[in-house]
Amino acid sequence: MKKKTLARLWSYIKSHKGIFAKLVFSAVSANALSLLMPYLSGRAIDFAKGYGNVNFKGVFFYVAVLGCVYVASAFFSWVSTVFTTILSNRVIEKMRKDAFDKISILPLRFFDERPHGDIMSRLTNDIDSVSEGLLQGTTQMFSGLMTVIGSLAIMFWLNYHITFAILVITAICVLVSKFIAARSSIMFRKQFQTIGEMNAYIEEMIGNQKVVKAFGYEKRAQKSFEEINKRLYECGQKAQFYSSLVNPTTRYINNLAYICVGVLGGLFAVFGNLSIGIVSSFLIYATQFARPINDMTGILTQLQSAVASAERIFEIIDEEPEKDESVLLPLKADKGEVVFENVSFSYNKDTELIKNLNIRAKAGDTVAIVGPTGAGKTTIVNLLMRFYEPNEGKIFVDGTPVDEASRDSVRQTFAMVLQESWLFSGTIRENIAYAKIEAGDEEIIEAAKSAYAHGFIKKLPKGYDTIIAEDGENLSQGQKQLITIARAMLADHKVLILDEATSSVDTMTEQRIQKAFLKMMSGRTSFVIAHRLSTIKEADLILVMNDGKIVEQGSHMELIKKDGFYAKLYNN
Amino acid sequence: MNKLFPFLKPYTTQLIIGPFFKLAEAVLEIFIPTLMAYIIDNGVNKADTGYILKTGLLMLAIATLGVIFAYICQYSASIASQGFGTDVRNALFEKVLSFSHAQVDEFGTASLINRITGDVNQLQSAVAMLIRLVIRAPFLCVGGLVMAMLIDLKLSVIFMVVIPLFVFVTFSIMTKAVPLYKTVQKRLDAIALVLRENLSGVRVIRAFAKAEYERYRFSEANQKYADNAINVGKIAALTNPATSLIMNFAVLAVIWFGGIRINAGNMTQGEIIAYINYIVQILNAMLIVSQLVVLYTKAYASALRVNEILSMDTDISDGAKSTAAAGNSFKIEFKNVSMKYSDSIENALENINFTAKAGEIIGIIGGTGSGKSTLVNLIPRFYDAAEGAVLVDGMDVRDYKLDALRDKIGIVPQRAVLFSGSVADNLRFAKETAKDSELAYAAEVAQAAEFIEKFEQKYDTIITQGGANLSGGQRQRLTIARALVKNPEILILDDSASALDYITDAKLWNALRESNDNRTLIIVSQRVRTVKNADKIIVLEDGRIEGIGTHEELFKNCVQYAEICRSQEEPV
Repeated sequence: MKKKTLARLWSYIKSHKGIFAKLVFSAVSANALSLLMPYLSGRAIDFAKGYGNVNFKGVFFYVAVLGCVYVASAFFSWVSTVFTTILSNRVIEKMRKDAFDKISILPLRFFDERPHGDIMSRLTNDIDSVSEGLLQGTTQMFSGLMTVIGSLAIMFWLNYHITFAILVITAICVLVSKFIAARSSIMFRKQFQTIGEMNAYIEEMIGNQKVVKAFGYEKRAQKSFEEINKRLYECGQKAQFYSSLVNPTTRYINNLAYICVGVLGGLFAVFGNLSIGIVSSFLIYATQFARPINDMTGILTQLQSAVASAERIFEIIDEEPEKDESVLLPLKADKGEVVFENVSFSYNKDTELIKNLNIRAKAGDTVAIVGPTGAGKTTIVNLLMRFYEPNEGKIFVDGTPVDEASRDSVRQTFAMVLQESWLFSGTIRENIAYAKIEAGDEEIIEAAKSAYAHGFIKKLPKGYDTIIAEDGENLSQGQKQLITIARAMLADHKVLILDEATSSVDTMTEQRIQKAFLKMMSGRTSFVIAHRLSTIKEADLILVMNDGKIVEQGSHMELIKKDGFYAKLYNN
Repeated sequence: MNKLFPFLKPYTTQLIIGPFFKLAEAVLEIFIPTLMAYIIDNGVNKADTGYILKTGLLMLAIATLGVIFAYICQYSASIASQGFGTDVRNALFEKVLSFSHAQVDEFGTASLINRITGDVNQLQSAVAMLIRLVIRAPFLCVGGLVMAMLIDLKLSVIFMVVIPLFVFVTFSIMTKAVPLYKTVQKRLDAIALVLRENLSGVRVIRAFAKAEYERYRFSEANQKYADNAINVGKIAALTNPATSLIMNFAVLAVIWFGGIRINAGNMTQGEIIAYINYIVQILNAMLIVSQLVVLYTKAYASALRVNEILSMDTDISDGAKSTAAAGNSFKIEFKNVSMKYSDSIENALENINFTAKAGEIIGIIGGTGSGKSTLVNLIPRFYDAAEGAVLVDGMDVRDYKLDALRDKIGIVPQRAVLFSGSVADNLRFAKETAKDSELAYAAEVAQAAEFIEKFEQKYDTIITQGGANLSGGQRQRLTIARALVKNPEILILDDSASALDYITDAKLWNALRESNDNRTLIIVSQRVRTVKNADKIIVLEDGRIEGIGTHEELFKNCVQYAEICRSQEEPV
């Protein structure tokens, strides 16, 4: 699994081969050059032995070489960071795009069954974690390894006795930092969990403040909060203490190595095996080579969580999309006759929802679907719109089975107004013209007028150019719904679906909207799901649903005469 | 800031001990390079091995003492900072709980959560840094400078060039990059926005066959983000190479000019090596200082946000009395009440006058935005009236102790909010000590008993995600039962049975009427059917009372009421 994930990540990187090659080249160069620096500076110092004993030619040579190395190394290290940024951003851009593109063709079941927060988090947090952990972490890891191995190699070459001593100290260092890391990572995990718990608790209590106050729950809430907070203190304090040990500890171990080099190097120098310049080089190598080892443990955990994140993103990319139907012909619907023939359907295998449903809606008919909340009225809409496919049976529009025409063309046969008005952030004009971008101002205003929305839009300070804030908070529910109706009006589709479209507006507004609906419904086949029975008495066909099943169907008079479920609903 | 400093007071000891030991560690650390110079000059160059070992041991002792000091400091830092954070969080949560509804609205729940967790975290690490680094880093800078000057004053001219250059470069990179980071954040928000809209609006998008367009919109936002991130990355990537280049050139200058000084007999080799060490130490410390500046600007912004909450006083102040004088004929009385929300120009309620006796049923009807919810929110003092007075048992609600007032009232809000926990936990929300039989009775009246009994775990069924595993109607019935467990003198149902079907709705009202004769019941609704049988119906429009009376009276005398009746086809 892990191998496969890495291979897939590699395939993303591979499409930026050029940048990747440049990145590797510049990172290798930068690290190699910086490895040379301590040695060169040591050599330079060796040419300045003491009073009147300075070889300026030699010093100058090494200073000049060092100058070039410094400049070149700085350049390569800048370039390699830039390439890392470019590569990581381009890779995650592509990943995010792939994930979104997949989301846009996934069946509706995916959205209904999965918490939206989870999908959001995969496309934002997980992607960030891949970018930081995998791409930037790998680069760090790479240069870290190079520094460690390179420094060690040079030190061995310079003097293996001292290097051996340093290795022993390093081993201790690794053990100690591992010990600390293990301690602190447990505490950090606990801390994150507790913060999450705390967030949820605050959200629950503050978000529902009215209820909390009305029931005098404040004191108990404060007590529970303080309990969570106390736990947060305990793990937070430990996490911080343990993790803050890392710095002084490494500094200490570095100091040990430094002292060890100083003493041993001094002794070797006394016995004539080592020059003072080389001792100074050693001092620098000894300090610089231990540092990446400590970072490594952090990077490794980062890498692990990045791989896990990548897996979660690939899970979305691997979801089974809706069947590709671009080859199918578009649906030709001029009349708008809708027929359900022996349709059976269930969301999951255990509970059959609709069995052998037969509906015949002639062109221009109004079909009403009624029943208590949760009776499954929306299922009919899901099937009509091909958001879900029936398990058995067929649905026909003007004689064509809908599954033999392209999905988009089927959907565009229907104009739909739902209970929850959905507007995107943009101007009112853009929202109305959503289905018909090329629509001119006149058309848009015309649609708004017939949806009885023109009046209030005109009164807004910016009129049709009013920006609808996120979730449309600056408009009332009713106003938002009127805009969605205008949008449906402008789209001008053959069949109309109204799914509890007026349940969130008051009765006076509803009356106005009803008028707009009547205008829309004339000459169109309409499916109306309604809460208030009074509004659908005139329907040509009423489907009565309960517990997910159609229990009765017929006209208002027929159903009243039958004195069944509908009659009971109506008379109560 | 003023509100935050007192929170540091309990940790005065840690705040003194921490920096003191950190300083002591830094003092010790600063001697190590000089000692190393002694080893080379007095030990190596004079071939005195005893001196080398002696100095080595001295350095070892210093380093060991240093790390112990550091641990003491880190420990005090973790105690002080986490303790401080915990105390601030408790105080914030308590403060927020005391806020009025208007105040919570003003901040928004998301922002409040962020302040309690995110901002306090930021402050916590600022306190830890204060203890750990604020003294240490500048000391290392100045101390290193002094030590370098003591070794060779003339050579320290190099610092005069290097330090200003260093400050200039880091400062200009920071000032360029920081505003750009803000744009990147905005671009990221834009991606999240499109994503969220696509998740919530998936049905509409599919219905209008706009997947292609949405893909375009997303990839646009996605690409803009990547472009911006890369741009910032290019600038930020300069920091490391640029600073290390400056540092390295300073080292070069030391080697070259130091060579000249050595030749003239003013310096020794060991001193050069120590000098290089000090340069590295100083510039590293300066890098830390620049990071501290960034950290503290962030922390300052957080401190302001936290302070804003702490220094805000709740605008609903507690009254003094817990009981009213006996012998009042009216349970509730509104006297010339007007009310205005702080962000609007018009009054939400205008001159409201009515009374309700114990045991009466009051219906309130009107369209959305007519002021129904505002009116009932004045009774438990979720908001205060701007003019006039609301009286309960003959006493102004503002004279009551809030606990005592709210103890009399049960309110069922429009949005059926449940908390995480079991059904029983939720029912016991107002009365922790309620017996099982009380719960069962309340559930019975609220028409919830039947479906609760059908659950496998009955009253122990866990409610997930605010009630996602229940239907809208079930949630509403549970919230009603929750209010009934309290057995309040006044029960307010704020349009809280809208998701019930007619049969259940009717059963609920009958049970409510029978359950307690002495309880004043206020029913807010848009449905005539729901309020029709009330003793008194109040018709609201645009914040004004258009009529008060029984159904029959109003149908005859109140145009607005008759209009609503006709629109809902409700016969007399």
